[in-house]
Amino acid sequence: MIRRPARLLLIATAATVAMTAAAADYVAIPGGVFVSALAVDGAAARIAIEPFAMRVEPVTNAEFLDFVRMHPGWQRGQVSPLFAGPQYLSAWQGPLTLGPDARPGQPVTSVSWFAARAFCASEQARLPTWYEWEYVAAADVTRRDARRDPARNQDILDAIQGSTGERPGAIGRHRADAWGVRDLNRLLWEWTGDYAAMFPNADARVAGAGPSLALCGGSALAFADKNQFALMMRIAALTALKPADAAPRVGFRCVREGHGR
Amino acid sequence: MRHPLLSAIVLALGLGLVLGAHAAPAGAAPATDPADLGPPRGAPIEEAMVAPPNVPPPIHRNYPARVIVRLETREVVKEIADGVRYDFWTFNGTVPGPMIRVRQGDTVELHLKNAPDSHMAHNIDLHAVMGPGGGAAASMTPPGHESVFTFKAMREGLYIYHCATPPVPMHIANGMYGLILVEPPQGLPKADREYYVVQGDFYTTGAYHEPGLQSFDMQKLLLEQPTYVLFNGREGALTGANALTAKVGDTVRLFVGDGGPNLVSSFHVIGQIFDNVNVEGGTLVNHNVQTTLIPAGGAATVEMKTLVPGTFLLVDHSITRAFMQGALGQLVVSGPAAPAIYNKVSSGPAAPSPAAAPMAHAAAPVAAVNDAMADGKRVFTQICAACHQGNGMGLPGAFPPLAMSDYLNADPKGAIGIVLNGLSGKITVNNTGYESVMPAFGTQLNDDEVAHVLTYVLNNFNNKGGTIAPVEVKAVRAGRKP
Repeated sequence: MIRRPARLLLIATAATVAMTAAAADYVAIPGGVFVSALAVDGAAARIAIEPFAMRVEPVTNAEFLDFVRMHPGWQRGQVSPLFAGPQYLSAWQGPLTLGPDARPGQPVTSVSWFAARAFCASEQARLPTWYEWEYVAAADVTRRDARRDPARNQDILDAIQGSTGERPGAIGRHRADAWGVRDLNRLLWEWTGDYAAMFPNADARVAGAGPSLALCGGSALAFADKNQFALMMRIAALTALKPADAAPRVGFRCVREGHGR
Repeated sequence: MRHPLLSAIVLALGLGLVLGAHAAPAGAAPATDPADLGPPRGAPIEEAMVAPPNVPPPIHRNYPARVIVRLETREVVKEIADGVRYDFWTFNGTVPGPMIRVRQGDTVELHLKNAPDSHMAHNIDLHAVMGPGGGAAASMTPPGHESVFTFKAMREGLYIYHCATPPVPMHIANGMYGLILVEPPQGLPKADREYYVVQGDFYTTGAYHEPGLQSFDMQKLLLEQPTYVLFNGREGALTGANALTAKVGDTVRLFVGDGGPNLVSSFHVIGQIFDNVNVEGGTLVNHNVQTTLIPAGGAATVEMKTLVPGTFLLVDHSITRAFMQGALGQLVVSGPAAPAIYNKVSSGPAAPSPAAAPMAHAAAPVAAVNDAMADGKRVFTQICAACHQGNGMGLPGAFPPLAMSDYLNADPKGAIGIVLNGLSGKITVNNTGYESVMPAFGTQLNDDEVAHVLTYVLNNFNNKGGTIAPVEVKAVRAGRKP
C-alpha cells in the first residue's frame, strides 16, 4: 500500500509529541470486513476496514479547554465564523471557562466539524470515517456486531429518548463495548470526517442523483438495514449540519491510523 | 364527421404541438396554472397559532397574501394517558401541531425552528406543497437553527403536514404531524363550531396504561401493533372537561386528519350522520355519511347538524381501538330535547314471540320482587353498561365508575334523581374529576326498573349494598325527597 510509509511516519510523530499533554487512551481496532447499514448503489455492501485505533471515549470539555488554551485561534470569539458558527461552545461560560453547563468530564459538544478536525490533528489523529465509526458502533458489550438483536437496538433508542431535554451526560456510565470503546451509541452524535460526502442530501427521502442518501420513502434504497433507527437519527442529525455549525448534542472522538501507538 | 372523438384528439394533439413548438424556444417560461391567483398583495399576515382542538378563524379575504407561519419543533415529555408519560416530538409542543389556515393562492412563508435542546434534526413535509419533498428538502433543520422556505398554496383542500426526517416512521409515531387547510378563494360556508382532530397511533414499550415513562417500541411499530390509538395525542384529550361542545341546532365542522404512522381511521361519531364530507380532504363532497375512511397521511372535513342533546362519541370505528386503545372523544350537545327525533319509549322483557305486542307507553310487566335483582341486571346491561361499562368501571376521563364509587355510596338515594333526570356538570368520583352529560332516563324507565337497577348496582361491583324501593322512585319523580 502506498499510504503505509506515511502512516508509519505519523505514528512516529505521535510518539514524540504525545508527552505535551495527558495522552488520551486509544484502543486498537483490528481491520475487517463488515456490511454497512447504508446501501451502496442500492444494495448492501461489504466494506473493508483497515486496522486503526480509536479513542476509548469522546473528547471531553476539559480536553477541549486544554486545546483552545494551546491554540487560541480556536477560542470562542477569536475563531473565524467561517469555521465555527455562532453556537460554537455555547454551553461554556466563557472562552476559557467551562461553567455549570459544561462539566469537565462531559463530552464537549457544540463544536464545529472544522474545530473537531483541528483538535484531532493536534493529537496526531483525525476524525474517523463514517464506516470506521459504524464498524465499531455495531458492537454491544459482548458482540462485535450485535445489530441484528432487536433488544440491543431498542436499548439504544431508550437511552437516546430517555435523555430528552438534557445535555449529554457524563462519559463512562455504561460498560465498554466488545472493542473496549465507550459511549459510541447512547450519549451523543459524533462528527465523522467524511460526513458531508456521505450524506449530502437534506431531504433524506429523495432517491436519485449520485451518492445522495435516500432514506425513507423512495429511499428504501439508501438503507440496506432499515432496523437501525438510532443510526438513522444520527445520520439525519449530521445531514442537517454544515461543517461550521455547532449543535448541543454533536461532539466527536478521534482515530489514528494503524495501531495508534 | 365519422370520428368526432378522433378528430378532437387530433385537434388537441395539433394544438399541443403548436403550443409546444411555440413554448420550446422560450425554455424558461414558467408554467401557468389557473389556480394561481397572482403574486401576494398587501402587508404580510402573521398566521394566528392556536392549540388544538381549536381552529384559526375563517379567512375573509378576497386577494392572495403572503402568510407567515412560524413552527418550532420541540421534544417534550408529556402524559399520553393518566399516569403514563411519553417522549413526544412535536410542532409547537402539541400533538397535533397547530392547524394552519390559508387561502388558495396565498404564498406561505414557513419558518421552521428547531429548539436548541432537541436531540434530532427535524424538517417538514406539507402535503399542500407542490415541490420536492413537500418542503422537506428545504427545511432540514438542526437543533438551535431555523429554516425558511416559501410555497404557494395552489390547491384548495385539507392536508396533513408531518416531519420527514429519518427514521420517518419514528418522527411521526412520536407526534410530528398536523393539518393545513387551504380554503377555496370564496371561503367556506359558515359553521357554528369548528374543531380540529387528528388521530395517531403510538407504540410504547409498556402495555396500555402501564404507568411511568414509556419508551418508543420499535418492534411494535414494525408489526403495526400500537399500544395507543388516540385523538390529539393524549387519552382524554377530547373527553370530560376537554370534550368538544355544541348547542342543539348547530352546524359543527370537524377538520379531521390521520397522522398515522400506520393505521387508517374509520372515523365515526356515534349518534350522528355527516351531512357533508369532503372526501379525503378534497373537493368531492359526499352526503349522509356514517363513517368516513381517513388514510394515514390524509384528512377529511366533516360537517354535521346537532338535532338532539346528549353526548356523542368520536371513535375510530375499527372499534377495538376506541374501547381498548383510547381512540375516543366526546361532542357534548346541550339544549332542549327533541323527542320527535329521538325518544326512548320503553324497555322491558320482550313479549313472547311471535305475537309481538305493539309498543306501549306502559312499562313492561312489573318484575316479581325476587326477580328484582335479575331485572336490575337486565336494565344495567341494556342501558347503563354502554357508558359505565359492563364491569361498572366506566371509561377514564369520560364516564365515571359505578364500581366502588365513593360518589354513589355516599348518597345512594340521590342516585334516583340522577337516573330520572340526568346529570351534567363537574363531579368527582374516586378522586377523579368528570365533566360529562348523563341523559335523563325518566321517560324510558318505570319506577320498578329504576329501583331495580339501582339496587343491582348498590349490591354489585364492590359497592356497599342497600335497597331502593319503587315507591322511593315514585316520590322523587313526583318532586318529593325519597
